[in-house]
Amino acid sequence: MTQALAALRAFIVKEFQHILRDRQTLVILLALPVAQLTLFGFALRTDVRDIRLAYIAEAPDDATAALRTRFARNGRFTLVDVAPTPGAIEAAFRADRADVALVIASGLAERLRDGRDAELQVIADASDPNTGATMQTHVVAVLTGWQRDLLPQAASGGIEPRIRMLFNPTLESVNLFVPGLIALILTIVTALMTAISLSREKERGTLEVLLVSPLHPWQVIVGKVAPYLLLAFVNVVSVLVAAWLVFGVPFRGSLVTLMAGSTLYALVGLALGVLIAAITSSQLTAMLAALIGTMMPSTLLSGMIFPIASMPAPLQLLSSIVPARWFIDISRGIMLKGAGWTELWPQFAVLTAMFAALMTLAIRRFSVRLD
Amino acid sequence: MTASSGVDGTPVVVDGVTKRFGATTALDQVSFAVQPAELFGLVGPDGGGKTTLFRVLTTLMLPDAGRASVLGLDVVRDLWAIRARVGYMPGRFSLYGDLTVEENLKFFASVFGTNLEHGYALIAPIYRQIERFKDRRAAALSGGMKQKLALSCALVHRPQLLFLDEPTTGVDAVSRREFWDLLAELKAGGLTIVVSTPYMDEAARCDRVALIQEGRVLAIDAPSQIGARFPRAMFAVRARQRSRLLSTLRQYPSIASAYPFGEDVHVSDSRTDLAPDVIMRELQAYLAAAGLDDARIRQKAPGIEDAFIELMGRAPEVAA
Repeated sequence: MTQALAALRAFIVKEFQHILRDRQTLVILLALPVAQLTLFGFALRTDVRDIRLAYIAEAPDDATAALRTRFARNGRFTLVDVAPTPGAIEAAFRADRADVALVIASGLAERLRDGRDAELQVIADASDPNTGATMQTHVVAVLTGWQRDLLPQAASGGIEPRIRMLFNPTLESVNLFVPGLIALILTIVTALMTAISLSREKERGTLEVLLVSPLHPWQVIVGKVAPYLLLAFVNVVSVLVAAWLVFGVPFRGSLVTLMAGSTLYALVGLALGVLIAAITSSQLTAMLAALIGTMMPSTLLSGMIFPIASMPAPLQLLSSIVPARWFIDISRGIMLKGAGWTELWPQFAVLTAMFAALMTLAIRRFSVRLD
Repeated sequence: MTASSGVDGTPVVVDGVTKRFGATTALDQVSFAVQPAELFGLVGPDGGGKTTLFRVLTTLMLPDAGRASVLGLDVVRDLWAIRARVGYMPGRFSLYGDLTVEENLKFFASVFGTNLEHGYALIAPIYRQIERFKDRRAAALSGGMKQKLALSCALVHRPQLLFLDEPTTGVDAVSRREFWDLLAELKAGGLTIVVSTPYMDEAARCDRVALIQEGRVLAIDAPSQIGARFPRAMFAVRARQRSRLLSTLRQYPSIASAYPFGEDVHVSDSRTDLAPDVIMRELQAYLAAAGLDDARIRQKAPGIEDAFIELMGRAPEVAA
C-alpha cells in the first residue's frame, strides 16, 4: 500500500508540473473566472438602468409638469420628447429613440382637482418582452409613488398592488449570475481540463507506457483529479472575493457549506471529465464532448440564465440530470437566501449520488488495456 | 528480485497467437520462443504486425486465439504481475516532453515502486551519456538522446525482460550504432531483450531474428543462417548507368531476381545447376552485348536482406 501511495504521490507531483509549466493555460485558468465574472456582471446583466421614457402630455399643465419632474429626478429615466401625434410613439420605438412611453390625456390637473380618475397610458416596446415588462414595472412604480403622495388618504383604503422582490429586492441580476457563474467556472476547470489532460496522455502515447506499469486505474484517476480539485477551489475563492468586492454580492449563508457544496460539485465535474476522456479517443473529441456535454447544459439547462420553471416539461425533466442545476440551487440558496443544510440536503444528496455513479462508471470504462 | 512464479526458463513463449482488427488479420498464428539472455529481433516492413505482437506480449491487447507467456506468466491472466516485471519502450517517443530528463526518470522509478538510486547501476552506462542534460526538458532533446532517455526509463525499475518496439526509427546512424552497443551490453549483463527493427543492418546484431510479414512469421533463425537460406548463387553487379543496368538485367532470360542494393544491383539466376563462374561469364557477355561494357560482376554471400526479399516473394520498389 505504501508503494501504491508513493506512486500516486509521484503522479500528482507530475500533474502539478504539467499544470505549472503550461504557463499560458495556467494564466487563462486563473484569470478566466474573474474575467467571466466581470463580463457577466457588467455586460450581460438583465436589469434595466437607463430607460428612455417618451413623456407625452397631450395638454401640459401644472400636474403634468410635476409628474415630469418626478420622473426626471428618479435617476433611472432619461426623458425623450415625442410629439403628441398618432404614430409618433411607434416611430420613436422603431427608430430606437425611446424604450417606453407614458401618454397623459389632457386635463390631468383638472381631473385631480375634481377627484376623477386620471387617464394615463403606459406603452412599452415589447420586442424584448422581459426588458419591456421590467421597464413597465419601473414606470408603474413611479406612478404609484406619485399617487400615494397625492392622495395619502386613499393609500389606506384603495386597492394598491404592491410587488416586493424578496431576496433580491433591487432586482440585481449580478446576484443571480454569480452563483450560476461559480457553476460554469467549476465545470470548465474540472470537466474540460481533466478530459483534455487525460486524453492528451492517450494521444501522446504516454498512457501506453503507464498502462504497462503497476499503476492501477484509480491511481491514474486520483492523480489526474487531485490537482484540478485544488485549482477549482482557488477559482471558487477568487470568484467569491471578486463578486463581493466588485459587485457587493451578499453572503447570507454559511461559507463552509458553500465551500462544501463547491467541492462536491467540482468532484462531479472531475468524474465527468475522466469519463469523457475514457470513452473518447482524441484530445479534440474529448474537448468538444466536454464543451458540448457539460458547458452547454450547465449554461442553458441549469436555471443559470433561463428559469427552469418557464421551460417545457421535457426540458425541465432533462434539467434534473444536469449537475449544475442542483449546484445552482445550493449556491443561490446559501448566498441569497441564507439557506443551510436543513434546506439544501436533498441537493447535496443528488450531487453525491451523481458523483458516485459517474466515478464508478469512469473507473469501469477506464480500460486497463488498449483495446 | 522476486523469483517469478512458474518460470520454466523460457522468458517468452508465443504459441499460435492470432489477432484480428475487423477484416484484417494483424497476427496470424504466430509462434516462437525467446531464450534467456537472448537478443531477439522482430524484422519486417511497417504494418507487418510487429507492434501488435509487442502489445499482446506487454498485456496491452488480448489475442483472439493462441496463448502467450512472458516470464512464465500468462499475458491474459497475469497482467499485473507481468507489468511489474517487464520494461517496455513503445514505437514512438512516449515520455513527458514538458518534464526534464531527471523528472521523467524519477517519475517512472516511483511508478514502479523504486527510485533512481536503486536503478542507477543498471541504467548507468546509458544515463551517463545524457546525465549532463538532466535539467533539460525531454522535448528539447535530440532524437538519439530521447531514445536513450526512453531506454533509461524502461530500465530504471530493473526489469527482467525488455520489449523495444522500433527503438531507433528516426534516429541518426551514429546514435543507432551507439544504441545497439548499449543493447549488447545489457544482453551481456543477462537481460533478455525483444526488439523490432525495419533495418537489416540492425537485424544482423541480434542473436536470432523472426522475419514477419503480413502477420505471419516467415522464418526464425540466426541472422547469418537466414542469409544461407537464399537458394541460389548471388552476384553483385555495378555499372555507371545503374538504371539501365537494372532494366537490362531484368530482361535477362533466366533471371530469378534483380534489385538495387546500395551501389550495386543484386542478381541471381534461376538455373541452380550451373556453376557460379559460368553464370558470371554469361552475364558479363550479355551485358557487354547490351552496351554495358563497364559492368563489374562479383559473387557475394547472400545477406539477411536478400533472404528476406526472397522470402517475401517480391523485390522492393526500385529506387530511382
